[in-house]
Amino acid sequence: MLRHLRFTVLAAFFAGSAVLAEDAGDVTRGEAIFRQCASCHQVGAGAKNRIGPQLNGVFGRQAGSLDDFPYSEGLVRAGVDGITWDLETLDVYLENPKSLVSKTRMNFRGLADPQDRADVIAYLRSFSASPANIPEAMPTAQGTDHDIDPAILAIVGDPEYGAYLAGECTTCHQADGGADGIPSITQWPAEDFVVAMHAYKRKLRTHPVMQMMAGRLSDEEIAALAAYFKDLE
Amino acid sequence: MKMNRRSFLGTASAAGASLAAPMAFAAGHGVPHVVVVGGGPGGATVARYIAKDSKGQIAVTLIEPTRAYYTCFFSNLYLGGFRDIGSLAHSYGNLAAEGINVVHDWAVDVDRDAKAVALAGGGSVPYDKLILSPGIDFVDGAVEGWNLSAQNAMPHAYKAGSQTELLRAQILAMPQGGTFAMVAPPNPFRCPPGPYERISMAAHLLKKENPTAKILIADPKESFSKQGLFEEGWNTHYAGMIERVGPDFGGANVSVDPDAMTISIDGDVNKVDVCNVIPAMKAGRIAQIAGVTEGNWAPVNAADMSSKMDADIYVLGDASHQGDMPKSGFSANSQAKVCANAVRGALTGSTVFPAKFSNTCWSLIDTNNGVKVGATYEATAEKIAKVDGFVSSTGESDALRKATYEESVGWYAGITADMFG
Repeated sequence: MLRHLRFTVLAAFFAGSAVLAEDAGDVTRGEAIFRQCASCHQVGAGAKNRIGPQLNGVFGRQAGSLDDFPYSEGLVRAGVDGITWDLETLDVYLENPKSLVSKTRMNFRGLADPQDRADVIAYLRSFSASPANIPEAMPTAQGTDHDIDPAILAIVGDPEYGAYLAGECTTCHQADGGADGIPSITQWPAEDFVVAMHAYKRKLRTHPVMQMMAGRLSDEEIAALAAYFKDLE
Repeated sequence: MKMNRRSFLGTASAAGASLAAPMAFAAGHGVPHVVVVGGGPGGATVARYIAKDSKGQIAVTLIEPTRAYYTCFFSNLYLGGFRDIGSLAHSYGNLAAEGINVVHDWAVDVDRDAKAVALAGGGSVPYDKLILSPGIDFVDGAVEGWNLSAQNAMPHAYKAGSQTELLRAQILAMPQGGTFAMVAPPNPFRCPPGPYERISMAAHLLKKENPTAKILIADPKESFSKQGLFEEGWNTHYAGMIERVGPDFGGANVSVDPDAMTISIDGDVNKVDVCNVIPAMKAGRIAQIAGVTEGNWAPVNAADMSSKMDADIYVLGDASHQGDMPKSGFSANSQAKVCANAVRGALTGSTVFPAKFSNTCWSLIDTNNGVKVGATYEATAEKIAKVDGFVSSTGESDALRKATYEESVGWYAGITADMFG
């Protein structure tokens, strides 16, 4: 019922009635909810593709269509098949990404609460030129927050060693980037990979298996894995 | 056939390969030959990794009698109705396409002097390095009254496939209020949480189909893997259904009569409707035939999984006696990668990286109620030794248990892709 109502509201909004923006979603609340997304996605001024594509201008964009992001085949196909990101498709996708694009690498459990989705969509919409009557918001892109020693980030990993070490990863994480229940770790920017692994190692990220796996990897080994997975297709 | 070292070296230099690896040799042919016996998590993985990483420098033959491999892991989920049997089956077609010579036959003998494996169908396959990953067989006479000819009346269902289907059919055919009995195995055995996940899945099925049924476990062990988690789950989800008789009450003193469908526990005879007998285990028989076992298992060196009896034979997975790792598909897969790296290094001079092992075992207690236990391991001079580990906690939230189950489904997809391409 709520869902139906909201679409009605949004339809009215599209029809040019700007007064209903508040009802459609709370941008401030959406910004807070977006922190869940920010470990993979950037948005705002200077946003770059990271583990996931940058989300500026996502409204009206064909799914899987940024030239410089290595999408899953599933997402590219979804775009070719006609999925364009708008209020409705984003709402379905954010509720459960795999329900819309079964082979997406986006490993996100989804937002069950319709209001949460509306809010985060409102926030994203503030970074899209279209619909045009939403003013461009202040840049809020936050890089992956970390305090990793630059010397660690500067280590050049040995991909051959990474290939060997990756054997431990590919028991669970599929080498072809497939993700059902366990996230894809292929084609991550090396820095994001290193930051994530050190976060597990320091037990900032909570997953017990990953804390254990990362816990005994040296800085060089983490760099080697990052170097290997970065280019794995 | 006698090895012709001179002509091999000539071939190698003609091919422009400046091999800094004097150990690279072959039994009379151009490329060294690795033979793998057994196509499960150990064997399929090691065959794939050697073939993939050696890029044609090593010929790999995989000897595996079955054309479709049914994974033992997740077969309990089939019993519980969470998977269909077809989802457990995997073909070796991708391995063949990746250049592995897949031979569907039984390895029946190993001539360690001639370095050749004899096949049941006749002929033999020569090897430079032999990797045995034969899984388990059952210890003869381990459960009084039971032998393999009784496995239809009292299935073990501990090698997945027809036995698993039989056990599920028997559980579904139980009369209302009937009894499902399990004879649990003594340590060490394949998949330490396996019998108890199976109890959970049988209980799940019976709660739906036959809610007054009872489950009786005769267990020779004082304690078992994830015991606190399972017992909490059984109390919460299957209250009053499950009775476990441990060794204090005669759980180790068991005999069965498959004709009468009775199980005697410490002299107390119980008439049952289904009896799942999981006998004591030993290394798959080919390991014993090859002469690399000591007692029931094959001792190996932790650094590379090589046999302590023969430097050209390696033993992976359940069949090996390696130290602290549980006998599990995950462990075998992990050991296979260490072994593949070492074998490749020995045959082609490629870099041998230090051994790292890991294991995680997920178990399903009820719908969306998964638990896990895992550890990392390293090679020491004596054994594979545990470094660090974790186990799920009792009292976890429903959301975490659901996430753990979903993670296990992801793991299944991951490891089967890793094994079978």
